[in-house]
Amino acid sequence: MKVVYFAWVRERIGKAEENVDPPPAVRTVADLIGWLTQRGEQYAHAFETPRVIRAAIDHAHVKPETAIAGAREIAFFPPMTGG
Amino acid sequence: MSVPVTIRLQEADFDTAREIAALTKGRTDIGAVVTFSGICRGGEGGDAIAALTLEHYPGMAEAEIGRHAEEALSRWPLTGLTIIHRYGRIVPGENIVLVVTASSHRQAAFQAAEFLMDYLKTHAPFWKREESAAGTSWVDATSHDDAAAARWAKS
Repeated sequence: MKVVYFAWVRERIGKAEENVDPPPAVRTVADLIGWLTQRGEQYAHAFETPRVIRAAIDHAHVKPETAIAGAREIAFFPPMTGG
Repeated sequence: MSVPVTIRLQEADFDTAREIAALTKGRTDIGAVVTFSGICRGGEGGDAIAALTLEHYPGMAEAEIGRHAEEALSRWPLTGLTIIHRYGRIVPGENIVLVVTASSHRQAAFQAAEFLMDYLKTHAPFWKREESAAGTSWVDATSHDDAAAARWAKS
């Protein structure tokens, strides 16, 4: 699946998007954050405060407990500051 | 009759008067138009800001604003709606966002405009970065904005 990052999450990870293939045990958005966090220091920095991280699956907001099965694109980003 | 809805994301500035005219031209059913313009401030808490840069999530930003527009149309008897949100670098005094709501009567237009802005600020995937003498930094979200959006939740 494709994972995309925005704002300071993107800057901390050092890339805007990547394709990942997590193991089946990674079932939810929260699981995926935990799995990504293990991938390196830059991920650990980006996700150091998971409760502030917002997520979207296929362009719609989702909660940490949402299942990721079938997702084409998962996005992680900070709280939004538009308007 | 379907309600005319215009949603645009763009780097270029917009002309508020022209957008109002486009929404109301040839119409005799509109009795009230409310506009909200969000404008880049030149300072925040005493610190001067040179510019804001708005990052957005292409695709989701349009989808999310579209969902907010649908909800506004379902909750208030609107007869027209225009939402424009800019991205890229914006300097103080320039427009950032425009919401124009039209209705037969003012109450629906006022309430829908306020609802849309509260939701755009907290749910539309845009992020502001400030440029100042101290460098650049991401703008923090505020709990005040979350509370403003939460009051529209249906019980």
